[in-house]
Amino acid sequence: MAVTELICINCPRGCHLKVDENLNVTGNFCPRGAAYGKQEVTNPVRTVTSTVRIDCANLPLCPVKTVKATPKGKMFDIMASIDKVKLVAPVHVGDVVIKDVCGTGVDVVACRDMEKIR
Amino acid sequence: MIKKDLVIIGGGSAGMAAAVGAFDAGITDLLIIERSPFLGGILNQCIHNGFGLAEFKEELTGPEFAGRFIKQVEARKIPFVLNSTVTGLTKEKVVTYTNDKEGVVQVEAKAIIMATGCYERSAGAIGIPGERPAGILTAGQAQLFLNEYGYLCGHRIFILGSGDIGLIMARRLTLEGAKVLGVAEIMPWSNGLNRNLVQCLYDFNIPLYLSHTVSKVVGHGRLERIEISQVDEKMQAIPGTEQSFDVDTLILSIGLVPNNDLLNSIGVPTSRSRGAIVNENFETQLEGVFSCGNVLHVHDLVDNVVSEAREAGKAAAAFINGKLPSEGKQIDVVPGDGVGYVVPSKLTLKGNVENYLFKFRVKKPSKNVYIDYKVDGKVVKSVFKPVIIPSEMEIQPIAKKLLENAQISIEVSLRQKEV
Repeated sequence: MAVTELICINCPRGCHLKVDENLNVTGNFCPRGAAYGKQEVTNPVRTVTSTVRIDCANLPLCPVKTVKATPKGKMFDIMASIDKVKLVAPVHVGDVVIKDVCGTGVDVVACRDMEKIR
Repeated sequence: MIKKDLVIIGGGSAGMAAAVGAFDAGITDLLIIERSPFLGGILNQCIHNGFGLAEFKEELTGPEFAGRFIKQVEARKIPFVLNSTVTGLTKEKVVTYTNDKEGVVQVEAKAIIMATGCYERSAGAIGIPGERPAGILTAGQAQLFLNEYGYLCGHRIFILGSGDIGLIMARRLTLEGAKVLGVAEIMPWSNGLNRNLVQCLYDFNIPLYLSHTVSKVVGHGRLERIEISQVDEKMQAIPGTEQSFDVDTLILSIGLVPNNDLLNSIGVPTSRSRGAIVNENFETQLEGVFSCGNVLHVHDLVDNVVSEAREAGKAAAAFINGKLPSEGKQIDVVPGDGVGYVVPSKLTLKGNVENYLFKFRVKKPSKNVYIDYKVDGKVVKSVFKPVIIPSEMEIQPIAKKLLENAQISIEVSLRQKEV
């Protein structure tokens, strides 16, 4: 029987969770641990943050993020998509940099106002 | 000489929030002095998310959090100078700064708020045995180069220290194509949040070596190899436990220290946090000079920095308006068993407040402990904690009425629960 072992991230206690194939969670101190254990085994998600190149701004890079958490397994695909983009200033917080990145239905947006300087 | 009601040294999260706090309390003749080309401080290079849950009730990246405060500063038309380094500070509250447009400028202030943040401990602070090649840098340096300027600091990387910045850089460097071979931590526990251990190390199968340190660096010109060793209880490397890693870069995430040099230069007393001794108004032992944010004590959440700094800004405004309780007897607040430091480290016990916020860190991880608050040796309040760890600052409001009869000292200490 496949059992996944995890460390809960909800609080400093850091419960050592075990999740079996029927999604029964043990080792958790509180209900948040059970919910986290199920989520991590069925559909683990992470917010990806990175930078994209930008021209005509006072720095060469603009920080970006996925608006919502995306499937953990797609992190490197999303990084590769982000790598292909180049922006031109001005760019503002929330501007969509990539729509529906890697078919996740989630947009990548700018995180910093970068004005045109030349 | 220019005259200002209030000068704020540092334009990061603490400086901006302090300025907003003071402005909203009626101080419009103020100036923020910032060393770098941007407002926002360290947040600009912290492109990961997780900031702002308390302040804005949403999860933001560092630049987004900074951007919101920059907008608050701009909306109030609070004056600031960038690229400007403060080179001197006197007890008479004269601030000297310099930049390439104005030259050397002196400003005489009625009040000053120190918001200069903290710095990273560097290789020199721990004396790693071996050669002195290129390729050894702090996590913050690696983060700045990568996130703001686009330079990856190396290809095969080892990280010493498991603080959150080190863990976050392990993930960031991995996502950008570098190979992170491991993280060594000299303590038997990790100094990072569980969330960062899981999402920055375990997600990428990066091993964590607890009770290990770097015992040798080898390289001619550029770093070529490091050795790590297990350490004993006295944190000395144990011979025979060496493991070797071929790496071109060693990143250090070995602690942060309040950047309190300006106050130290004029002899303002410091506390166990290595920041200034302040009272509940964030006023140092030099009247009219305030300290807040990471220069006072190193925080783990920027949300706590900005709420603290706003209070410091309000207090500075009250001082300028002659409404801050004037000097008098101050009660010492001291860290007792198991507690590293406490902020504030003095209380005037004057003023019209219900609670005082006590902020402190414990020395080591503990389970099932009471935090005891003692007034002149007598416990007035105990708070039970199932878990308490050094990497998370404790913040507790304590009612003024419990403390106001203090004559000598107030102590915060840990006590193990009997089993």
